[in-house]
Order: sequence, then structure tokens, then C-alpha cells
Amino acid sequence: MIASAFGVLFDGLAYGMLLFLLSVGLSVTLGMMNFINLAHLSFAMLGGYTAVALTNNLGWSFLLTLPAAFLAPALLSVVLERVLYRRLYGASELDQCLLTIGIVFVSIAAAAYLFGTVQQAVKLPPYLRGNIAIMHQSVGVYRLFLIGMALMVAIAVLAALEHTKFGAKVRAAVDNQRMARGLGIDVDRVFAVAFALGSGLAGLGGALAIEIVGLDHAFALTYLVYVLIVVAVGGLGTIGGSLAAALLLGVSDMAGKYYVPQLGAFFIYLVMVALLMWRPLGLFGRR
Amino acid sequence: MQHARFALACLAALAGAFPARAQEPVKIGLINVLSGQFADAGIQLDNGIKTYVQQHGDVVAGRKVEFIRRDVGGVALDVAKRLAQELVVRDNIDLLAGFLLTPNALAAADISTQSQRFMVVMNAATSIIITKSPYMIRTSVTLPQAMGTFGTWAATHGIKKCYTMVTDYGPGHDSEAAFQRAFKAAGGEIIGSVRFPVANPDFSAFVQRAKDLDPECIFIFIPGGAQPAALGKAFAARGVDLNKTKVLGSGETTSEQALKAMGDAALGLITAWHYDYKSVAPLNVEFVKAFNQMHGRNPDFFSVGGYDGVHAIYEVLKKTGGGTDADAMVAAAKGMHWDSPRGPMSIDAQTRDVVQNIYIRRVEKVGGELVNVPFDKIDNVKDPTNSGG
Amino acid sequence: MSAAAVGEPQRYLEDQIKWRRVELAFWAATLLPLLLTPSYLVLASQIAITALFALSLDLILGYAGMVSLGHAAYFGFSSYTAGLAARWGWGEPISGLIMAAAAAGLLGYVTGIVVARFQHLALIMITLGLGLLLAEAANSASWLTGGADGLQGVRMWRLFGVFLFDLYGYTAYCYALAVLLLAFLVARRITYSPFGLALRGIRERAIRMPAIGANTTAYLRKIYTIAATMAGAAGALLAQTTETVSLETLSFQRSADVLVVLILGGAGRLYGGLVGAIIYMIARDQFSGLNPQYWYFWIGMLLIVVVVFLPNGILGGLARLLPAARRSA
Repeated sequence: MIASAFGVLFDGLAYGMLLFLLSVGLSVTLGMMNFINLAHLSFAMLGGYTAVALTNNLGWSFLLTLPAAFLAPALLSVVLERVLYRRLYGASELDQCLLTIGIVFVSIAAAAYLFGTVQQAVKLPPYLRGNIAIMHQSVGVYRLFLIGMALMVAIAVLAALEHTKFGAKVRAAVDNQRMARGLGIDVDRVFAVAFALGSGLAGLGGALAIEIVGLDHAFALTYLVYVLIVVAVGGLGTIGGSLAAALLLGVSDMAGKYYVPQLGAFFIYLVMVALLMWRPLGLFGRR
Repeated sequence: MQHARFALACLAALAGAFPARAQEPVKIGLINVLSGQFADAGIQLDNGIKTYVQQHGDVVAGRKVEFIRRDVGGVALDVAKRLAQELVVRDNIDLLAGFLLTPNALAAADISTQSQRFMVVMNAATSIIITKSPYMIRTSVTLPQAMGTFGTWAATHGIKKCYTMVTDYGPGHDSEAAFQRAFKAAGGEIIGSVRFPVANPDFSAFVQRAKDLDPECIFIFIPGGAQPAALGKAFAARGVDLNKTKVLGSGETTSEQALKAMGDAALGLITAWHYDYKSVAPLNVEFVKAFNQMHGRNPDFFSVGGYDGVHAIYEVLKKTGGGTDADAMVAAAKGMHWDSPRGPMSIDAQTRDVVQNIYIRRVEKVGGELVNVPFDKIDNVKDPTNSGG
Repeated sequence: MSAAAVGEPQRYLEDQIKWRRVELAFWAATLLPLLLTPSYLVLASQIAITALFALSLDLILGYAGMVSLGHAAYFGFSSYTAGLAARWGWGEPISGLIMAAAAAGLLGYVTGIVVARFQHLALIMITLGLGLLLAEAANSASWLTGGADGLQGVRMWRLFGVFLFDLYGYTAYCYALAVLLLAFLVARRITYSPFGLALRGIRERAIRMPAIGANTTAYLRKIYTIAATMAGAAGALLAQTTETVSLETLSFQRSADVLVVLILGGAGRLYGGLVGAIIYMIARDQFSGLNPQYWYFWIGMLLIVVVVFLPNGILGGLARLLPAARRSA
């Protein structure tokens, strides 16, 4: 039981890391601008489809598609931010929800139109396939790779936040927007860049997710609930919070299914409601 | 001048009073799912219908056949019922057809009974559907038909113990019940079972639970879409060797798309199903060719359900001479049998349900491609639930 | 608000609650489908039910400012209650409706105790979570609910012992319309009362309310219960007029759809939900005939356009254009 628990734990860790990659951008933009961007996973979907198109149609190696999967949504987010999002910074939460849900719907229809409603798959290079043995346990190579990548991203983002000037500006804007403006920080520009980075990370997550959870035209809606749960539970505007919440949810979801499968999806919603009732601002949220 | 015009008017009136023999089209209300997560299956079903019409024309028994298509958008009982009602009341359809999903078929069956319209179920696979309207026939498959047969086959071909894993929804419950019942009746033992939530993204935990019991056989039922690939990967990740542990599934788990997504992780999967597009039967080869020409892809069991559904309608119309009275159509349909791309099939005279061969196949690599290779079959299987089998 | 209103709230309310001619015309027009388009009565019933559901959401969203992503929980709960009552032998429509709506109201009261304490993202997520939990429970309890196949065997008796629920849908539409009108009158009374004004106060600036002696949480709980009861009435109507109940009635999809409907018409204006329902349902019906796959595209574009250019929905846009129809929200 203990040995197989390790396997479950490991898979839960990988799943949690994936959720982290998909959610971190949303947590930062929500925390900074209080802007509820429900279309966050549309960017993830774009990243996924970019990777699919590049590997399947142009024959690129999977690893090479990852930077492209990051860039495409990042660039698109810059455009969308200027054209649409900017108009609603001061608007009510509801309006922001509805605008971004509208974008989700449009993205789903576009994906169905361009790629059909079929499940997409990527051809992984041989060195990412199969299992290796660690301590008598069979662990998937791809899952190891995913955990590694997510950790690298987490460290890079945290380092950037702590040790760069831009990071300092981001932290200032999250803490107190008005004060930051008062100090001469161009908050709008900081936000635009952070938004682009967050969307790019979502795109990267989307590309990496294909092998674990698949990709189809409805991806942006299907996984939205999970990402919202991570962000709400972790707290807005904190990288550490997103990581903790994502891991907590990934592992508890996996463990719940292993030890008490009758509960199924019940478990993850129960955990969320309970956690939010105890800490409405999330585990690490301030404000 | 005026006399001529008057005469012409009279002639025209006379001509109008005796119109050419009633060439009103036969209107078929096609209730399908063309958007949302089930869209691809619905489109394939529709493609099967279109292929048949293209091959055989759209005139039957002197009447033109017209399809009025409606999209339910997913599982939506009230929408399906309303669409069926509107087709009857507003569009004056003569019969109902299509029905990708069980819940929608169940809802529309009420309308079929109330309005006395012939109904052809072309995909939905739950047993009880056929009992909901006396004017209904089915041309697809029922899960007990396939999975019950599979259970009997498994127990009589060297498998003593089995662990079952199904998705927690109607078809999953149906398959689990049918397989377990038949397996136990033929002498097998079910050592454990689990149900996963619908749209479950990651199967590792469940596969690990199965592996803990070290079963010689695992029976699975999952819907198409993202699930087969995810499951295949979970097996590979947890180190379940398909050569040592027999994994049994339904044909949906090893469809063309699923095999592409699963890759080599699927080798060795054994499935029981009624149709595979790779079958070399001449009728199927012709069907696949025509389908590819028209739609640029291969057909699947959704398509053959639609194809045979239209065939059934055409044959029934020929028998009734174009008449669309529901009782007459059902009487004509009962006992009808024909050769389909899937093999020989018929409509049971008592239950009005589909009777066909079930093939046992294994996933092997043929010419570099993953293919379901049939190695056994059971002839003329009826649905066990309703025919007391 | 005019100078008179500031000094005399009673007269302000009385003035607001007077029936305008355009309103009377609207309600008279709802009888038209019976005469002009009888083959569309089934769709018309669905519109009336959606309108009632949207109206119930307007009470908590438009007037009290609570954003809920799980309002379908009350709709579906009542739907199943009404369906099960009929399945277990009690097919009388009106008593079934009252019973089911009351059950939903009870559920609303209990959950309202929790929900009314939260705001912003926490509120959205908790209502979402509760809705999802109920949907999961209903799926698991397939022995009771019929699971994904839906509830079978729902057979309704004649309305008043006389009117059969027919294939064309005459009875269903009259029934649904009557319930909608009744609920509308109740909602109207509530919103143009001191209680309604207090709710608007909470929506605008909840922090200041205790300063004028208003118990915010209690008010929110009260309106939440009322809204749940009304949503329950809509759910029961659906179960009774279609004689089916499915898991979809509890789904996130339905909660999201009703939100879209309400925003389309304009929240905080009683007729917003009604107008939104008419437009949304008719558009969806037309589009699924023409272009089923791209319905999502058009509704997405519509949402974007409405939010950017018509932030108060269609009625809000109209109100800006027609001062005569202006009614302060």
C-alpha cells in the first residue's frame, strides 16, 4: 500500500504541477489588477494547438515547440489587452466575467472551426516516453519532465519577482496599486507585460498538458473550474500560494480517487468549499 | 381572346384540381448532436447517412426523402423532447431518426408514442430505450449485447477472475452490469470493481488500485474522446503489461482516433464490438471507399449506425409502398434482415431491437499501423435484457 | 432621482410602481403566441420558464449584487422534487409546484446562511462549488435521480382536472405564463418596497448599510431564500411541462446560461431577464437550425459586444435612448 501510494503521490505531484503552470498567470493578473480573466485557459489552448500544429504539420521536435507555445499566446494577449481588456479595468466583476466568457466561447468555436472537434495528440520524442525505475517504483519519464519544467518555471518566476526591478514593480502593484502609481511606476505597462507572461505560461502549460489530459476544442471551459479552484484556494497574487494550492489539489484529488474512489469528483469540490469558508481570501491571500 | 383566356383558366383549374399523384416528400426528423463535446460522433453519424443517400439516391417508392436536421447540442432531455415535439407539430415530419445519446432518445420516445411516429435509433446503446415506444427500431448496438456476450466469451475462453472499471454514467453502468452478470453466469469471478467520474482526466490512481489486486484480467468501459488515450497512458505509466494482464474493452476504446492517441500502449487490448472500418468484407470496402470520397476520413461505428438506419428506412418504405403509417412501418421492419458493411444484421421481430454479429478483436500492428484484428465472433446476438437471454 | 424623491421616499416608491403602458402592452403581447404561432408554443413555454429563472437571478444579482455561479442548484433541486412527486404517484401540477418551490426555498435558506457571508471571488467560487457538489450528488444517486438518463416515468395529471398537457403545448404555455406573471408581480412588489431599496443600497455600498441600521446579512439571506423559491418554481414548471428531469438542470452550464440571459437583457431591471430570455432562446433556436457548430461563436461575440458597448444590457441601452422608458435601477 505504501509503495503504491508513492506512485499515486508522484502522479498527483505531476498533475498538481500542471495545474500550477496553468493557474500561475491567472493568480498574478487577478491579484494585480483585480481583473477576472476567465479566458485565461483560451491562451493555454492556443499554446496547445500551436504545439500540435508544429509537431504534426511541420514535423518540429516537441521540445522546440514549447517556446512557440509560450510566445503565441503571449503575443495574442498583448493585442487583446489593448483592444478589449483595457476598457474594463474599472468595470464590475460581473462584466469582466462576461467579457472573458465571451472570449472563451469565441475561442472554442474558432478551435472547432480550425482544428475540428477531434482529440489532439502530440508525438513525443523517444527520450520522453516510457518509464524509469526510481526506488523500485516505475515513474513516467514525461511526468518527471513535467515536474522538472514546472519547478524551473516556479523558480524562475520567484527569482524574477524577488531579484529584478521588474519583479519589484510587480510586487508593488499587487500590494497597493494606487501607491505604486503614486511612486511613478507605470502600472499599466507592468500589468501588460505581466499579463503577457502569464498568458505565455498558460500556453506552455497547455502544450505540456496534451500528453497528460489531452486537448480538444472545449479545453478552455473543461479545465476552467480546476484553475479557478487553484486560484481561489491559493490566494490572489501569490506565486507560492498558487503552487501550494495546485499541489494540494493535485495530490488530494489523486489520493481521493485512489483511497475513496466512490467520492470521485466530489472530493475536490468539498475541499474547495471547506477551504474557502475557512479562509475566504485563499490560503495565502492578503487584502 | 376572352374565350381563349377563359378556356385556359378552366384548363389550369382542372389541372390544379387533379394534381399529379401525391409526390409529397417523406420528411424525416433527424435529431442529432452536432455541437459541443459529442459533435464529432454526431457528425460521423450524419456522414454515414449522407453516404447512403449519395449511393442510393433520395427517391424511395416514388417519393422523395427529405431530412430535417436538428441539433440537441449535448445531453439535454428537455431540448430533445422539444425538438421532437416541434418536428411533429411544426414541420409535420413522418418519422423520427438519429439519436446519438441515450437520454435524448428516451425523451423523444415519449413523443414517438404520443404522436404515433415511426422512430429509428441510430446510435444510442442502452437497453431500455427500445421499450419506450412501440414504434421504435434500433440499428446500432446495445451495450448488453456487446458486453454481455464478451463476459460469456471471456469466462469460456480461459479467464477465471476479472476486475471491472467503468465510467460512472448510464452506458458504464449498463456495461458493468451486463459483463459481470454474463461473466459470473459462465463461471467467472469478479474480484473487484470501481467507477470513475465522468470526464476523468487522469486514471493513474484507479489503475494502481486495480494493479494492487494483481488481476489476470481487467474489464474497462470508457467513452471515446480524451479518455482512451489517458487510460492507455495510465496503463503504461503504472506498468500494466497487456501481454500478462488481459485488458478487455468496448470498441469505442480502440476506435481509429483512440488508437492514434494511445499509440503502442494499446497493443494487446482485446475488445468486443460490432464494427471496424478495417473489415475486408466487400460491402464494407465499398462503404469505406465511398465514405472517404465524400468526407475525406474513415467511417466508424457511428457512421455505420446511421448508414444502416437509413437503409432500414428505405427498405421499410419500399415494403409499405411509400406509406408512413407508424404501425405499418413497424410491421414491415420486424424481422427484416440485410447485409450491412458490418456483416449480416436484422431487426428482431419481438423486441424490434438490432440483432448482429459481435466480433472479438485484438489490437495488433499490421503494416506499421495499429489495427483491431478480429480473431473470434459470435453470430446473431440479441440483446439479452429484453429478450430474456 | 428627482428632488421630490429625496424628500419623500413613500411617494417615490408609489410613483415607481405604477404600471406603464409599455408594460401592459408587453404582457398583452405574451398572449399572442397562442393565436398567431401555435406551433411555437413549446418554445414559448421554455422561454417563459427561462424568463422566470432569470428573474429569480435578477433579485440576487441585479438588486442585491450577489454574483452566483450556482443558481441552477435551486432550479434543478426543485425540478427533481416535482418530478419525483409525480413519479411516486402525485401528479397534480399546482400542489406539486408549490411543494417543489418550497423545497428549493428551504435549500436556499440553508445555503444562504453560508453564502450571504461572502463577497467577490469567494462568493463566486462558493456558489460554484455548492452547485457542482449538488450536481455530483445527483449523478451519484442515480438510483433516485435516474442519473445521466434522466428521470423516467413522470406523468402529470390534468391541470385543474380539466386541461391535459397536450402535444401542441397550449396547456403548458398558459400554465407557465400564469406562474411567470404571478412571480413577476411578487418581484415587483419586493423591489419597489423599502426592502428592495435596502438591497440596492447593499449592492452599491454594503459597508455603509449598518450605519443606517440595516442588517446586511439578514437582508441578503432573505432575498436569497426568495430567489431560490422562485428559481424552484421555474424548475418545477420545467419538470411538469416536459415530463422529464435531467442532470443538466443542476449543471454549471445552466447557471452560466441564465447569467448570460440576464446580462443580455440587463440586470437590475425587472424586465431584463424576460427580454434576455426571449432574445437568447429565439436566437439559439434559430441558430441551431442553421449553424449548430458556431452557436458558441455568435453568442461569444454577442456577449463581448454587449459588455463593451451595452454594459447595462439591452434594456439599459434602450433606457439611454428613450428617456420616457427610463426607470432608475
